[in-house]
Amino acid sequence: MKSLVKIMPKKGVLDPQGKAIENSLKQLGFPQIKKVKQGKIIEIEIDADNESDAREIITNASNKLLANLVIEDYEITFLKED
Amino acid sequence: MRVSVIVFPGSNCDRDVAVSLKKFSNKSPLMIWHKETSLPDSDLIVLPGGFSYGDYLRCGSMAANSPIMKEVKKSAEKGSSILGICNGFQILTESGLLPGTLIRNQGLSFICKNTSLRVENDKSFFTHNYNKNEIVNIPIAHNEGNYFADENVIKDIEDKNLVAFRYCNKNGDINEETNPNGSLKNIAGIINEKGNVLGMMPHPERATDDITGLNDGEKFFTSIIESIK
Amino acid sequence: MIKIDKELIEEHGINDQEYEFILSSLKREPTITELGIFSAMWSEHCSYKSSKTWLKKLPTKNNKVIQGPGENAGVIDLGDGDAAVFKMESHNHPSFIEPYQGAATGVGGIMRDVFTMGARPVALLNSIRFGDTDHPKTKHLLTGVVSGIGGYGNCMGVPTVGGEVEFNSCYNDNILVNAMCVGIAKIDKIFYSKASGIGNSVVYVGSKTGRDGIHGATMASAEFDDDSDEKRPTVQVGDPFAEKLLLEACLELMTMDIIIAIQDMGAAGLTSSAVEMASKGGVGINLNLDMVPCREKKMSAYEIMLSESQERMLMIIEPDKEQEAKAVFDKWGLDFATIGILTDTNHLVINHNDELKAEIRLDILESGAPSYDRPYKIIKESAFDESLVKETAESPINILKRLINSPNLCSRKWVWEQYDHMVMNDTILRPGGDAAIVRVHGTNKGLAISTDSTPRYCSADPVEGGKQAVAESWRNITSVGALPIAITDCMNFGNPEKEEIMGQFAGVVTGMIEACEILDYPVVSGNVSLYNETNGKGINPTPAIGGIGLIENLNHFSTPHLKRDNDTVLLVGKTDGYLGQSIYAKEILNIISGLPPKVNLKNEKKIGDTIRDLININKLDTVHDISDGGFLVALTEMSISGGIGVKIHLDEKDVSPKFLFGEDQGRYIISVPDELISDILRILELKNIFFQKIGKTSGTKIIINDSEEIEIKSLKKIHEDWFNEYLKG
Repeated sequence: MKSLVKIMPKKGVLDPQGKAIENSLKQLGFPQIKKVKQGKIIEIEIDADNESDAREIITNASNKLLANLVIEDYEITFLKED
Repeated sequence: MRVSVIVFPGSNCDRDVAVSLKKFSNKSPLMIWHKETSLPDSDLIVLPGGFSYGDYLRCGSMAANSPIMKEVKKSAEKGSSILGICNGFQILTESGLLPGTLIRNQGLSFICKNTSLRVENDKSFFTHNYNKNEIVNIPIAHNEGNYFADENVIKDIEDKNLVAFRYCNKNGDINEETNPNGSLKNIAGIINEKGNVLGMMPHPERATDDITGLNDGEKFFTSIIESIK
Repeated sequence: MIKIDKELIEEHGINDQEYEFILSSLKREPTITELGIFSAMWSEHCSYKSSKTWLKKLPTKNNKVIQGPGENAGVIDLGDGDAAVFKMESHNHPSFIEPYQGAATGVGGIMRDVFTMGARPVALLNSIRFGDTDHPKTKHLLTGVVSGIGGYGNCMGVPTVGGEVEFNSCYNDNILVNAMCVGIAKIDKIFYSKASGIGNSVVYVGSKTGRDGIHGATMASAEFDDDSDEKRPTVQVGDPFAEKLLLEACLELMTMDIIIAIQDMGAAGLTSSAVEMASKGGVGINLNLDMVPCREKKMSAYEIMLSESQERMLMIIEPDKEQEAKAVFDKWGLDFATIGILTDTNHLVINHNDELKAEIRLDILESGAPSYDRPYKIIKESAFDESLVKETAESPINILKRLINSPNLCSRKWVWEQYDHMVMNDTILRPGGDAAIVRVHGTNKGLAISTDSTPRYCSADPVEGGKQAVAESWRNITSVGALPIAITDCMNFGNPEKEEIMGQFAGVVTGMIEACEILDYPVVSGNVSLYNETNGKGINPTPAIGGIGLIENLNHFSTPHLKRDNDTVLLVGKTDGYLGQSIYAKEILNIISGLPPKVNLKNEKKIGDTIRDLININKLDTVHDISDGGFLVALTEMSISGGIGVKIHLDEKDVSPKFLFGEDQGRYIISVPDELISDILRILELKNIFFQKIGKTSGTKIIINDSEEIEIKSLKKIHEDWFNEYLKG
């Protein structure tokens, strides 16, 4: 099973990278772009019987290591198998 | 002799390189703010080290899209020489003036230390006062200095003798142990085919003052200044 | 309207007595915004309520001091119109909660304290302390803090030139992160925080305000408990890129004769900067919070006043110069907003959304701030039990190998290689020696800078420990040939409401006073961090001392590394072989009881002054002070860094742990070339300074009495391996 963990700065926490990219885009001539936030995506392949088991394991892994819960939130999605 | 140093928001070796340039040429370079849309005629344009735009997104990526970089590219085409040190090297690869890219150090941490470099190309505008295979001591200070390019590019660079410096030890040995950051083939600096653009991760401007115990950068700056004359 | 009840008042760390005072001064109940302001201003962090009666006693002046404590940073005169501006500050609790951001914002904060005075930061140092190496959190905290310090300082382009790292179980759940910054300014271009000129504009510059670190100042003064994880969302995120822009913009504006007063928004943000600036100037201040640039919608007055968002400054300028000033900040892409005006009312008045949110007479906040003369009891260990020191069959070289591979004596190269210690091209002596040397740009003068503290000594005997911390700093500065001028202190202690902890504070300060006076080494700035304990267990008292000295002429200074074969090595100062509280006692004998070594300050001064003269007048170029680990460890450091060996010849009785590893104070090792030896011996004899000949430099080995030897290369590897091995596992 394949899953994606999307990790983003928590709401309200300063995101210096997003802010700098946003300003840069404005300067480059994209005035329509209002807000940029930068996070990261981690792709995980996992052995599990079903999605809910897998979700539990990945949640655990995210809490323990993948996300820095002090400043980040995460979201787990599953990829359709080909 | 006309030298311009480009100052990006977050550049922090702009003063250091200006001091070294002045020391060997007796002339202060012009400091050009990145928002300028025109560039004075320059024999040499320097992209200094630092953390342009905080090194956010990818090192050098936002600086490469700054207004002034259009002018820098035009000047390069017209034959001005361009020197990129550290973050400047990253900006040169991001803007396509040099091939390849600089990725995160293999050890995943910032490294600041003296390194031995072997001079590979002693004929260029920037390096002709060195001898081939001369070992020089010049410090590095970076988090993303790991030079990477695909096989064809590496082959091309090597075939055409475009590697300026490689990391080595005091004896000139080039191997994994003497590679501080994981760069392919221990590459520390490269030159473009035309010979007028050089990018390097080590900081020659930090090796121009006897009192610090490092002066192997002197020949680098005297090479450049003599080339311009 | 939020109801102010007992619970809310308690949550704000305000006790009954303090609340009574608020009621009687305001003659009404405070609003929630006002309660927040009182809470922040009267927190331990901002008010120094437990410590100020003691801090007042510290010497703060000598003929080089331009500005002592009370400003954003201390200022000393370097001659020729140059001044050094410096301070050290703690960021302990935030770093424990989020090590990278906590350490990074600590570094950012201390730099703002320095450049707000008009100085360009030229050097950073940090004194960091972690728990036991096998404590489960230590590795994570160590790597996070080190990369946070590097992440911020490197990006700013300010070299991190020195510091100290210690591991001790007392810091298991309460690490210490103390950051020091030194800046250089012209004496006639120093900016202060005293607001003046009724009608002048109050201007906000820098980054936008978010809900970062709200209650941070209160948090930094509240004892940790097991619920502290819940306080997590309040940690600030640092943006060194924004700070670099802020630095350049402020320094650019400072060349233009526009700024009347300026202060950074540090702990307690807009509240403390507005209150302190207005109070110092004896003026009132009106703020309209609608004008404050906010990152988030619907922020309340309470949140805006208490936010600790980073990279912000408050300035006072004349209204007709606003446009000129704004142009500078526009150029650097930073916010610039006029948020208020100075008044003659002596009140802090805050409006938000067309409502009056606070109106407090400033003298209530400042001079009405509580000050406690807390009861104290100075406790010290009993005398060191010499009988516990058993004869050992282990060879000195074997012991040496174990010591230099122990967490507190091994090389710190792994740490400082992650810091750019060379940027700005004025680092003359890099980390790893006694003091770093940083050239005053464009001159031939050098600053010698170091940070020092020996908390285990302070715990065993607070008064001696306080003396020792100052003396060691003075000795380190002296070792490179500089004249020590002044210090900044960062006082990290436990809960002052406990008698014995207050006793540690009182004792350490008492010791420091004596040392500062005798060594003419006053305190010009600093910070106090109390309540450093977890579940009731206090840290070792840790007065981190940041010292600065001046080298008038960089054509000559001294370094610890051995430079030549055939030098005579001398140990200067008397060795009694005292092992109490030594690293040898702890690491090899497992003894942590007993008194620390005594510091004889008069002797210290005499020896140090002589060593400095030998460097400056007689051109001695190789000196190292002896501290943790004792004589043989110090000599080994000199050998390793120089790559030159020593043939040691000692009386057989001195080939003992007491002589080799004792930590007697006031000692130096010097390495003297033949052409200087007769002069130097004559001077030492003339001054009646005790010394002994130790041996000669030669080859690539340390050899003791021709019987035991080891290659320096292998010592170097052992010395440098510890961190790599530790972090691998």
